[in-house]
Amino acid sequence: MNTRIIIAALVAALSGSVFGAGLALGGMTDPVRVRGFLDLFGDWDPTLAFVMGGAVIVMGVAWLVQPRLAHPLFAEKFSLPGTQDLTPRLIGGSALFGIGWAIAGLCPGPGIAALVIEPVSAAIFVIAMLAGMAIVRFMEKDV
Amino acid sequence: MTIPGFPDAAPVAGLAGGILIGIAAAIMLLGSGRIAGVSGIAARATGLADSTMARSSAWAFLIGLPLGAFVVSLVTGGLPANFASPVYLVVAGLIVGIGTRVGSGCTSGHGVCGMSRFSQRSLVATLTFMVTGFATVAIMNAMGLEVLP
Repeated sequence: MNTRIIIAALVAALSGSVFGAGLALGGMTDPVRVRGFLDLFGDWDPTLAFVMGGAVIVMGVAWLVQPRLAHPLFAEKFSLPGTQDLTPRLIGGSALFGIGWAIAGLCPGPGIAALVIEPVSAAIFVIAMLAGMAIVRFMEKDV
Repeated sequence: MTIPGFPDAAPVAGLAGGILIGIAAAIMLLGSGRIAGVSGIAARATGLADSTMARSSAWAFLIGLPLGAFVVSLVTGGLPANFASPVYLVVAGLIVGIGTRVGSGCTSGHGVCGMSRFSQRSLVATLTFMVTGFATVAIMNAMGLEVLP
C-alpha cells in the first residue's frame, strides 16, 4: 500500500478525532445547546458563539501560516477551494441548510460525532442527511 | 464560569471546544492542504461527491469524529444529548443533506474554515444559514412546536 495514502489517512484521522472531541467538549453534540443558540428571540444560549469564536481564531492563525508553506507538511500540494462567485445556488443551499440545522439542532459534524452518544437518533439523522445528499447527486446527474 | 444573564451558557467549555475544532481544522489544512468541511467529506466518503481527497482519508476523518466525542464522554463521565423525535430527525437530515450539497458547505467548511480565511462566499453562506436558523426556531416556537425533550 502507498505510504502517502496511509499518511494522509492518519492526518485525517487525527483531525477528525480532535474535531469530534472539540464538538463534544463545546456542547455541540447536544441539540439543546445548538437550538438554544438559534433561539435568539427566546431563551438564548450564547455557548455556540464561543465555540465558533475559538475555532475561527485558531484557524485564522493557520491561514496566516499556510501561505508561508511551499506545500502541506504531509502532502505535495494544497487543494483549496478557489471559487469566489456569490451565486443563488450558494445562498439558496445555505438558506436551506440553516432551516434543517434549526429543526433538530444538528449539523453534519455533531450528527456524525453523536453516533457514539445516542446511536439510534444520530443514525436516523445521518442516514436522512446522506439521502438528501444523494437526491442532489442524482438530480445533478440528469442535468 | 457563567455569563451574567445567561446561567445556562458554558463559555469556557465552549471556547475550549472551539479551540480544539480550530486545531483540528489547522491539522487538516497544514498537514494535508485541505478544508475540514464535514458535509463535503461525508459526501466524498460515501461516493456522493467528486473530490481529489482519497476516500480512505475521508473515512478516516469521519470515523475520528465519534471517536473523539467518545473520549470526551469518557473523561467527563457522559455527555448530555437530547434529540428530536425520528420524524423531525428525518426531515432535518434531508434538508441538511440537500442544503449542504447545494450550498457547498456547512458550519465547519463555511463557518470555521471559510470565515477565518475571510472568504466572501463563506461569510455570505454563514450569515445566510444563521439567519434562516434563527428564523426557523422563532417560527417553530411561535407555532408551539416542541422539538426537544
